[in-house]
Amino acid sequence: MRKNGFARHALIETLHTVQSSFGFLDDDAIRFVALSLRVPLSQAYGVATFYHYFTLKPPGKHTVTVCAGTACYIKGADKLIATAEKRLGVAQGQTTPDGQISLMTARCVGACSRAPVVLCDGEVVGEITREQMLEQLERWAVE
Amino acid sequence: MTIEELEQIAKSVQQENAKYDFEVNVCMDLACASQGAGALKDALVKAAEASGKKVLVRRTGCMGPCSNGPLVRVDPEETLYHHVKAEKAEAIVDCLGGSPVPELQCDLNEHFDKQVRVVLENAGYIDPERIDDYIAHDGYKALLTVLTEMTPNGVVHRITESGLRGRGGGGYPTGLKWGTVAKAKGDVKYVVCNGDEGDPGAFMDRSVMEGDPHRVIEGMAIAAYAVGASKGFIYVRAEYPVAVSRLTTALREARRHGLLGNNICNTPFNFDVEIRLGAGAFVCGEETALIASIEGKRGTPKPRPPYPASSGLWGKPTLINNVETYANIAPIVRNGGKWFHDMGSERSKGTKVFALTGKIANTGLVEVPMGIKLREIIEVIGGGVPGGHKFKAVQTGGPSGGCIPEEMLDVGVSYDALVKMGSIMGSGGMIVMDDTSCMVNVARFFIEFCMTESCGKCIPCRAGTAQMYTLLTRICTGAGTMDDLALLEGLCTTVKETSLCGLGQTAPNPVLSTLKYFRNEYIEHILHKRCPAGVCNMEAAVEVVA
Repeated sequence: MRKNGFARHALIETLHTVQSSFGFLDDDAIRFVALSLRVPLSQAYGVATFYHYFTLKPPGKHTVTVCAGTACYIKGADKLIATAEKRLGVAQGQTTPDGQISLMTARCVGACSRAPVVLCDGEVVGEITREQMLEQLERWAVE
Repeated sequence: MTIEELEQIAKSVQQENAKYDFEVNVCMDLACASQGAGALKDALVKAAEASGKKVLVRRTGCMGPCSNGPLVRVDPEETLYHHVKAEKAEAIVDCLGGSPVPELQCDLNEHFDKQVRVVLENAGYIDPERIDDYIAHDGYKALLTVLTEMTPNGVVHRITESGLRGRGGGGYPTGLKWGTVAKAKGDVKYVVCNGDEGDPGAFMDRSVMEGDPHRVIEGMAIAAYAVGASKGFIYVRAEYPVAVSRLTTALREARRHGLLGNNICNTPFNFDVEIRLGAGAFVCGEETALIASIEGKRGTPKPRPPYPASSGLWGKPTLINNVETYANIAPIVRNGGKWFHDMGSERSKGTKVFALTGKIANTGLVEVPMGIKLREIIEVIGGGVPGGHKFKAVQTGGPSGGCIPEEMLDVGVSYDALVKMGSIMGSGGMIVMDDTSCMVNVARFFIEFCMTESCGKCIPCRAGTAQMYTLLTRICTGAGTMDDLALLEGLCTTVKETSLCGLGQTAPNPVLSTLKYFRNEYIEHILHKRCPAGVCNMEAAVEVVA
């Protein structure tokens, strides 16, 4: 916050910093940010919920993000999502009960030429097959 | 920094490069990097050292044909290698100066021959993190020429003369926009670069920001001089961390060289740029929503007028252009407005970068003159549909665009022609679909996208897209009736005509265009409970009918 001179318009920047440090935004963090930047709590909460990038729930130990952009969709991303949901037993946007793996979807990571794309803990894996993805999930599940 | 100093830097880079006999350029863009370009570059450096040859190994931005990655180009011979694995590094270095490694050589002459590169001229030739590389390729020359030899009015005039239109999708004449902001009253003005490339399937802005970041900064600085602004913002998606880091480095380097900051080139012109991060909202590509987001608010659009040109960021006159638009500015200033005007079609000038993806052999980035036939892009440059499948449609313009069928492929690409076909230029994504894609399902996919991305401010968009989604889902699962189809068509018109911003106004486009060109597929789903492409699961419906 100091880097941006406690400017009110740096709310999104600040929330980014919080999320990259803690992995998610909890109530305390949002309250603290709102108070420090002198923005109404409603605005801070509004911003945190409006943008998809911010998450209010703690993520799992590992995150698998399936890109659901158009190019990936044409190349079968919907089947990848269904496979992952079945294997993990959770819907997209959720984390397995043991806190190991979160299943997320993204709106397009810009690697469309290598569709379908899956991010395994942030690392881009292009032209992934169902088997490759399941293999990765198995590895994480037994950790 | 003066022009003489700039030339000095360019000269010293050339002298430095002349010490090497060979240049090995490795594409390190996201697509190639995800296939091991990083390890490949290390292996090449090692092999080059071991061989004792004078070889410069350079990392570069995207070379274009991403599906053939990782790509390596050897200069001065301009040999292009594809699908290069790290263990092939030694073979490549061994073959330098002799005949190329046969099994890695790729023949993409047809792919490149049809292209004209303006925005991507440096892609694959410079190291994105070295400002000196950019300067050696005429970088920042345009900015310094403008500052020392041209009036702001003269710059606006040159851009107007070029006929450049906004590359973000709308196609608004750039010169006109600059002129309006320049004339707007106010001591404080802003220039904003829209790098919120929200269209899934388009990635040229990411590629430009990552591969040639200084080009964007130079374009913004020239714009700032023309309109009288001294502060700029680049709004980048948080999903593009590499672009953010490359831009941050580029800004730091530019400041260090006195190309940003106060009294640039010993003139009274001051300009600096800040990066702002998006946080994943498609609607933030709309200019008023983008402004709200930079101000740290929820990204909801406002009714226009007032346009941002008169009242934008914090109520001040604001110039907003897309990344690709700014990337065109420096070459136009250097080569003159006429040079640009001579390229392209009657009402769409210059070149356009397209991201070719989907069911096509050569996926990647291509830059072509406006007016080129869609068929040439898909069949010649793109290499056609692979795997013996049949081409069905090409989708342009992202979720706001439409699907173009085969019989329209001989139309030349321009803003107006695409609108006439029921699609839009958009930011330039081209997603090719073959006979395994169901058009009803595709329409449903886009409506689902618009439904989730709708900011919820105006009712036609918020409720309309949700209703359209329900109707399309009914049709896809075999529960649809002909009444549903009629209702769907009616809703499309309502949402299109009454929504507040571009997102809602264009959201029905995918449905309208598929209804126009692929109506029989809808009918098949409804009357015969059959999905011609075999995508939709109709089992539930068949049981009911039986």
